[in-house]
Amino acid sequence: MRKIWAWGALLFGILYFTLPLVGMTNFSLKMRRGEYSFDAYAKVFGDPRFQETFTYSVAQALFTIVFGILLVVPTAYWVRLKLPRLRPYIEFVTLLPLVIPAIVIVFGYIRLYNTSSWLPLTGSAFGTDILLMFGYATLALPYMYRAVDTGLRTIDVATLTEAAQSLGAGWATILARIILPNALVAVLSGAFLTFAIVIGEFTMAALLNKPAFGPYMQLLGANRAYEPAALAVIAFGITWGCLGLIQLVSRFQKSAPPKA
Amino acid sequence: MSSAHTGASPPARRLPLHWLGILPFAAFVTLFLILPTMKIVVGAFQTPDGSFTLDNIQGLFTPSILAAYWISIKISIASALLGCLIGFAVSSAVVFGGLPKWIRGPLLTFSGVASNFAGVPLAFAFLATLGPVGILSVFLRSELGVDLRALGFNLLSFWGLTVTYLFFQIPLMILIITPALDGLKREWREAAEILGATGLQYWRMVAFPILLPSILGTLALLFANAFGAVATAIALTGSSLSIVPILLFAQIRGDVLGNPHLGYALAFGMIVVTGLANAIYIWLRARSERWLK
Repeated sequence: MRKIWAWGALLFGILYFTLPLVGMTNFSLKMRRGEYSFDAYAKVFGDPRFQETFTYSVAQALFTIVFGILLVVPTAYWVRLKLPRLRPYIEFVTLLPLVIPAIVIVFGYIRLYNTSSWLPLTGSAFGTDILLMFGYATLALPYMYRAVDTGLRTIDVATLTEAAQSLGAGWATILARIILPNALVAVLSGAFLTFAIVIGEFTMAALLNKPAFGPYMQLLGANRAYEPAALAVIAFGITWGCLGLIQLVSRFQKSAPPKA
Repeated sequence: MSSAHTGASPPARRLPLHWLGILPFAAFVTLFLILPTMKIVVGAFQTPDGSFTLDNIQGLFTPSILAAYWISIKISIASALLGCLIGFAVSSAVVFGGLPKWIRGPLLTFSGVASNFAGVPLAFAFLATLGPVGILSVFLRSELGVDLRALGFNLLSFWGLTVTYLFFQIPLMILIITPALDGLKREWREAAEILGATGLQYWRMVAFPILLPSILGTLALLFANAFGAVATAIALTGSSLSIVPILLFAQIRGDVLGNPHLGYALAFGMIVVTGLANAIYIWLRARSERWLK
């Protein structure tokens, strides 16, 4: 009896989640009348706007990841090593982007860094790119910080630091050659999650008027029928790919210690 | 003299060095998270020339803005409640239902993906499924004779948005509640059974009270999650449905309210609502951690 009920719940869940995915895939293949084809995908991939916006978002994602790593890894390391009492507070701050909606944060940016302010980031294209990257780094902060902090928990930060210091390593060497490789899996999963977030992000890019992938998708959705479905399939594929890569690297970590 | 010196000097020398380590982080967070938010909060209580006022907050209490808040809150509550209910059912089916063990891994992985699959693509997926020519709408119409449109269902409405939001609400619930369900110790159930409790009594008097803070906390989190969602709503409805995030988006784009500082108040209201919901979540989660380690 309990089993029937459990299967029922699971079946409902599976149905709920596969139907929209089947729906969008099916729709994306129906551009040619009466038969299935990849026309919509060809149209999307052939569109120069797609290539531009996608490249732009990928570049933004990569910069955000590099910046995020440079910001979060030393901080999480330092807090664990020297300021353990600050940990709850830092953690609270890193969770704030989940509390304050992205649209509010970017609204603040627009008002705070406009052309007549003390730091006119929105005044130039390059400045806005930088601002958008900082915005993405803020959005990714909760995920990045948690991933890195959890990763650091598994290694003995204090002992490794002392050992490295007694061998004459400076802070940069310790971070780059001891801590980062040891926490690599955690850093990578944070990086992939950041990638997935940045690629699909709409609100910040749209309000800062940047030619990113998210606004492009929305624009296409308002004007076309079949291409949006193809784009949704592609976007889902990217999210799926990123999360799959996280699984892969964390499995790699579990099997790594016995080998080493 | 020398011992007093060594006793006093290390803290004096160590202190600034310690704080320097998190300076970049503190600077970043201040500039790109705290200050922008403060700007909005302060702006909500200012006139355009900078003096203090409550007019903006009062401006929120006009029928059109109140209606936008109300429909946003209704959608968030509906999608959070349903998300909790369905997510709990699926999660407990996997944890307690005697289903094959291998289902669990893929389910949690998929939940991780689906809870991140929000925004514009999600809207497209639902348009292709439940839209006027969507696969499910067409199927129901041609095979079962059920016309969703005639029944009053429209994807660009309260229920349409709720159904769409559930696609990321249910997985989020599954992700958060599954560890909590795992935390229910077998011994508690055995103890209850030895004392003569039925399955229902165990659930009503032991398991459910322990889980309640987790469930309510997740409810609050799901509420905040739906309340802040902008992209899905815009891609789905354009601007035909006046919910708060869409209104704020339009305001930032082109000052549709006619008063720039009313936009601050609108955003401030959003912070208050999601902030409250998250505070409830954090508080309840701390409570539930007493039992579920």
